[in-house]
Amino acid sequence: MRNLISRFIDINQGEERSSPAWYQRFRRRITILVLVITLVPLFLMASINYYLYQSAMETEIVTPLKAMINKTKHSFEMFLAERASAISFIASAYSFDDLANQNTLNRIFQAMKRNFSGFIDLGLIDASGRQLSYVGPYSLMNKQYADQPWFHEVQLRGKYISDVFLGYRKFPHFVIAVQHTEADGRFWVLRTTIDTSTFNNLIASMGLDASTDAFILNRDGVFQTNSKFSGSVLDLCPLEAPPVSLEPNAMETRDSQGRRILFVYTDATTPPFRLVLIKRHSEVLKSWVAFRSEIFIVFTAGVILIWLVVVGLIGAMVRRIEESDQKRELAYHEMEYSNKLASIGRLAAGVAHEINNPLAIINEKAGLMKDLMNIQGGVVDTARFQKLTDAVLNSVERCRAITHRLLGFARRMDVTIETIDLNRLLEEVFSFMEKEAQHRNLVVAMELAENLPAISSDRGQLQQVFLNILNNAFDAVRDGGEVVIQSRAADEEYVLVCIRDNGVGMSEETLRHIFEPFFSTKKGHGTGLGLSITYGIIKKLGGKIEAESQLGKGTTFRVFLPLKRQDGGK
Amino acid sequence: MEKRMKVLLVDDEEEFVQTLAERLEIRGIQALVATDGVEALHLIEEETPPVVVLDVMMPGLGGLEVLQRLKTSHPRMQVILLTGHGSTKEGIQGMHLGAFDYLMKPVRIEDLIKKMAEAYEAFAGSGTREGGAA
Repeated sequence: MRNLISRFIDINQGEERSSPAWYQRFRRRITILVLVITLVPLFLMASINYYLYQSAMETEIVTPLKAMINKTKHSFEMFLAERASAISFIASAYSFDDLANQNTLNRIFQAMKRNFSGFIDLGLIDASGRQLSYVGPYSLMNKQYADQPWFHEVQLRGKYISDVFLGYRKFPHFVIAVQHTEADGRFWVLRTTIDTSTFNNLIASMGLDASTDAFILNRDGVFQTNSKFSGSVLDLCPLEAPPVSLEPNAMETRDSQGRRILFVYTDATTPPFRLVLIKRHSEVLKSWVAFRSEIFIVFTAGVILIWLVVVGLIGAMVRRIEESDQKRELAYHEMEYSNKLASIGRLAAGVAHEINNPLAIINEKAGLMKDLMNIQGGVVDTARFQKLTDAVLNSVERCRAITHRLLGFARRMDVTIETIDLNRLLEEVFSFMEKEAQHRNLVVAMELAENLPAISSDRGQLQQVFLNILNNAFDAVRDGGEVVIQSRAADEEYVLVCIRDNGVGMSEETLRHIFEPFFSTKKGHGTGLGLSITYGIIKKLGGKIEAESQLGKGTTFRVFLPLKRQDGGK
Repeated sequence: MEKRMKVLLVDDEEEFVQTLAERLEIRGIQALVATDGVEALHLIEEETPPVVVLDVMMPGLGGLEVLQRLKTSHPRMQVILLTGHGSTKEGIQGMHLGAFDYLMKPVRIEDLIKKMAEAYEAFAGSGTREGGAA
């Protein structure tokens, strides 16, 4: 897991860390990672909440609607059954003759109207389909019904409840007809019409709010009651008819204007009708919409907040890393510099000695010339003076050689690549130490390979490296000790410089730490930086350094340098 | 007139030491010359100069070693160290070994003679106190 993460954010991919692009990519990757691991759970939580709440809301809203529609359906069935029973009862209770009598029929009708609402008229029709008696607002006496479909229906089933229709009466109504068969096989039909406004009353009793529509459809999808939004009685319902369901059913669909609606319905069998309740979706789920926008606001605010915090924090963090990297780099440069100063200090003492000697000669020669002139009162011994001035010029020449050599010792800290004859460079470096070697009677052997290929590298840095190693070797050996400087081609890409001494050597423990900064065995003097800086420089130049040592026997440093400086600097 | 001061000059730079000797002679000082440590010790045994001017840095037998040896055999002999080295380390080390003083090259002849006179006086003083003679 950690590998995966570090690979993703590119921490350990050995690329140069100092480039601004690296930090940019580092920041971008960490930001993406943190955003993903914070936003994904947030998003999941929000979506889960969303769906849970949605389903909860729907159940909560739909369930009462279903209950209501079921109840209303039963009311309808009850209403129709009641009236059908009443007619059946009258048909059974009264004889044909009673019912054929206009006065008796009128009395019965008045009693019916008193007890049940909605009856418009009542009539008796004989087996031939002729209206024998009639009570009601219309003059339908002797009207012939024999070829009307309902008359056949009632003969077939004994009872008939019609759909709503306009008929002769020109207002929506429906018919209940009951057939009665006498013992002798003769039959007659009692027929009544009922005003559909009673249906509307039943719908109104559901107590629906203004945005909710409820209506009854027949099996052909024709309105049996008025609909608030979709049409009037006897229009064809524009909505798509779902399959028959005796249990209340709810579905989401769209109305003719394409708005989302909740469509709750249930079917009845006798008579076959469908009770429908329509709620506009936005109305249904008003609280749901509110919840949804709340969730959206919280989610968005969360995302923005997380985004700001993550981007800000990581930006600050990466900046800190960048700064500390820069500081470290700077500190390393300072270290390098102070090391250079230290070794230059050591050089300076030797150089001063070399310069002071010829200066002392000049001093004495010039002083003597002055003395001679004073003694001889201005008379000059030309030959003598010639010798003295020659000696002065000689000494000046010596001084100049030294100062020139000093100038050759590059001072720059940055890497500047040039073609270098390594053997000459080693000789040059050694020339600074030559006097010390002489005075301490050190045997310094230069075993430089002829035809050593020239390398592309930085002169100043290499001088620094070999000066450091030679200084260490000189410190390690006793007076009269031996130091060998060797150069040869290591392989096709590298040259090798070996600096071997037969000095005090190091223990394995010491050897393990020599390239660490501030590690020093020279108590009191030495910064403990020399070899760590040497190591750093060689790495920077694309080479490597190895040390081998045996306590009491001496130390060998091997420096491998590439012929061509490799790209990337590592 | 007091006795001529006798000094031994030791330095591996022959050009320097010969010329210095000549200039000292001009100023009435008897100057003996040695160009290495062994020759110096030899001359010290033969001539016993009261004052020795000694270069610190010499190949072979170094100045400090010569100083050490002559101080054991001739403790009264006064040594002025000369150093071309930038650091005062050797000078201080020499003072610990019993040198009279040390001077940095190049040195003005007046300063050197003054220092030699002081050293000579120190030698003479120690001689009368200790009752020795040269």
